Amino acid sequence: MSHAVQERPVAFAKPRGPLSHARLPRWTPIAVAAGSVAAGVGIGLLAGWHSKVQWGLVSALLFVLATYAVTAKVEGARQAKDRVATSLVWVSFVLAVVPLLSLAWVTVSKGMEVLDGYFLTHSMNGVLDAEAGGGVYHALLGTIEQVGIATLIAAPIGLLTAVYLVEYGTGKLAKAVTFFVDVMTGIPSIVAGLFILATWNLMLGFGPSGFAGAMALAILMMPVVVRSTEEMLKLVPNELREASLALGVPKWRTILKVVLPTAIGGITTGVMLAVARITGETAPVLLLVFGTKLINPNPFEGAQSSLPLYVYEQYAVGTDAAVARAWAAALVLIAFVMILNLVARGIARWKAPKTGR
Amino acid sequence: MVTTTPPATDRNRSRRAKSAARPGDRIFSGLSKGSGITLLVIMAAIAGFLTYRAVLAISKDSVNFFTTFEWNPAGDPPVFGIAVLAFGTIVSSVIAMLIAVPVAIGIALFISHYAPRKLAKPLAYVVDLLAAVPSIIYGLWGAIFLVPYLDGLNKWLDQYLGWTYIFDKSSDGVARNMFTVGILLAIMILPIITNVTREVFLQAPKMHEEAALALGATRWEVVRMAVLPFGRSGIISASMLGLGRALGETMAVAVVLSPSFLLSGHLLDPGGGTFAQNIAAKFNEANEFGRDALIASGLVLFVITLLVNGAARMIIARRKEYSGANA
Repeated sequence: MSHAVQERPVAFAKPRGPLSHARLPRWTPIAVAAGSVAAGVGIGLLAGWHSKVQWGLVSALLFVLATYAVTAKVEGARQAKDRVATSLVWVSFVLAVVPLLSLAWVTVSKGMEVLDGYFLTHSMNGVLDAEAGGGVYHALLGTIEQVGIATLIAAPIGLLTAVYLVEYGTGKLAKAVTFFVDVMTGIPSIVAGLFILATWNLMLGFGPSGFAGAMALAILMMPVVVRSTEEMLKLVPNELREASLALGVPKWRTILKVVLPTAIGGITTGVMLAVARITGETAPVLLLVFGTKLINPNPFEGAQSSLPLYVYEQYAVGTDAAVARAWAAALVLIAFVMILNLVARGIARWKAPKTGR
Repeated sequence: MVTTTPPATDRNRSRRAKSAARPGDRIFSGLSKGSGITLLVIMAAIAGFLTYRAVLAISKDSVNFFTTFEWNPAGDPPVFGIAVLAFGTIVSSVIAMLIAVPVAIGIALFISHYAPRKLAKPLAYVVDLLAAVPSIIYGLWGAIFLVPYLDGLNKWLDQYLGWTYIFDKSSDGVARNMFTVGILLAIMILPIITNVTREVFLQAPKMHEEAALALGATRWEVVRMAVLPFGRSGIISASMLGLGRALGETMAVAVVLSPSFLLSGHLLDPGGGTFAQNIAAKFNEANEFGRDALIASGLVLFVITLLVNGAARMIIARRKEYSGANA
């Protein structure tokens, strides 16, 4: 008894070391970062590397090493590891942001050089490769038609499949559908294009057309719609379904009048994100739509163009004027996709399903 | 007589139950079931038709389809094989994964655990948006902007790491090589891997993290002991989803790479090719038999991505079963 009472104060009186370690001031990481960037730029300038990629890599390397050295000296090994991990996370963040910012900046700045009202309202009819001018109207028209048709095919099938999986599906069929929807999400776009090529063009003998491209795009779009709609339908609280069924409403009317309206915001978002995804697909369009310089408003007959295909063609031509057109079309495409994305996410926030509390 | 009566009444009852179902219900459930079956039929049709056309092509191939280094289906006799394409596809994807996975884990950790709160949300939003940038735009940016910038890095790697054989640059010339393609693919799959990984990291049990912190762990120790083990299967499946995209990427590779049918381990030398790039590049000049040959190579790509994605989904599904996060 007395032993235990006696030993306690002894243990308190003899701490193994000071309770607080020496800590680096809060501004240390920033200072180390600034120092290593300066050193990286300095080394780069001295060695005469013209590529900024090397400057950045040397700076990042110096930053991590310097952080470790400084912390290990002042704060100890464990803290040093922690700081190195933090600095690595920051470095990877910067590593990723730099190319993405550069992509956005280059596209906008180069695209704005050519983009104007004329560019949006004229086709490439009669425009020589090397001369400036011409426009993107035919491609814009083609993209809108192809994506519209693809949506008309894919959205109903995708929606109904999601309804089946959430409301009806049980057993092996539902499991198989779920699995293959997942697998279908990963189909390379060029394979979808090859499939339509093998059936529609080679077996049935049709020529290239906007409709053929739209079918391939629909294949790419379906699983995305199923996935997002399924997630949204699962969020609809079961109490709503039960209340409706208890009132004697048939199941199909319950789904149409209660479940789908509750989730409509999320479903719209999902469909729009899917549309945004297929708008940028080039490979199936390249195989199936073929590309033309002329305005072809009929998606069922003859070659059409599309925005991503236009970008590819103009890049392949390679003259200064053509590359400038490619950038402008890329800007139109990216604006189109981003607006779809932003609107879709806006709808998602605005009409978020009210989940049960 | 007596023994047959119970089944008869059973059948009667079930018939009555069926006829009591409203026609609207039957139509609607039939429609939705039909859509599900349509999806399965499409998948089966993709596999079936591609296989059919591929068999047509391969049966006339005069050499081994899997080990030949040449692509000349228009020749007499036709000679084509996928060895170079398979090699290029795998090499570029491996480079992309080696770069993208660690960086994506870093960004995901940054968003979920390191970034200041105010920065984290908009950042996650921007990463979401970036996943939607069309691949042709990555390609355009890569070909015009990235390739010249990587020249210096290439020379550097050649100078200091040339002894490793893979970084030995035997010919001068612009950086339209597998290494550049790998970097570009890494940039492209970064947002996808980051998105999935971030979601998993955010689900890591808060109690574990707080317990670790209470024991005096540093932030890195919390991440290593509480977050990463929880997210391991998530990281693997996210990486495989990214890999699936990298394997099938067409336009970015077609625009950046200057292709050839030489199998070369020198990553910095221009040349090589991938399945998807080869299809896009050879399609326009191909006759009908040439197209069948391209379809055959597409079938191989299809099977590879199917396996990769299927494996990723299996891992995700297995995780769902034992994770409490989805309860």
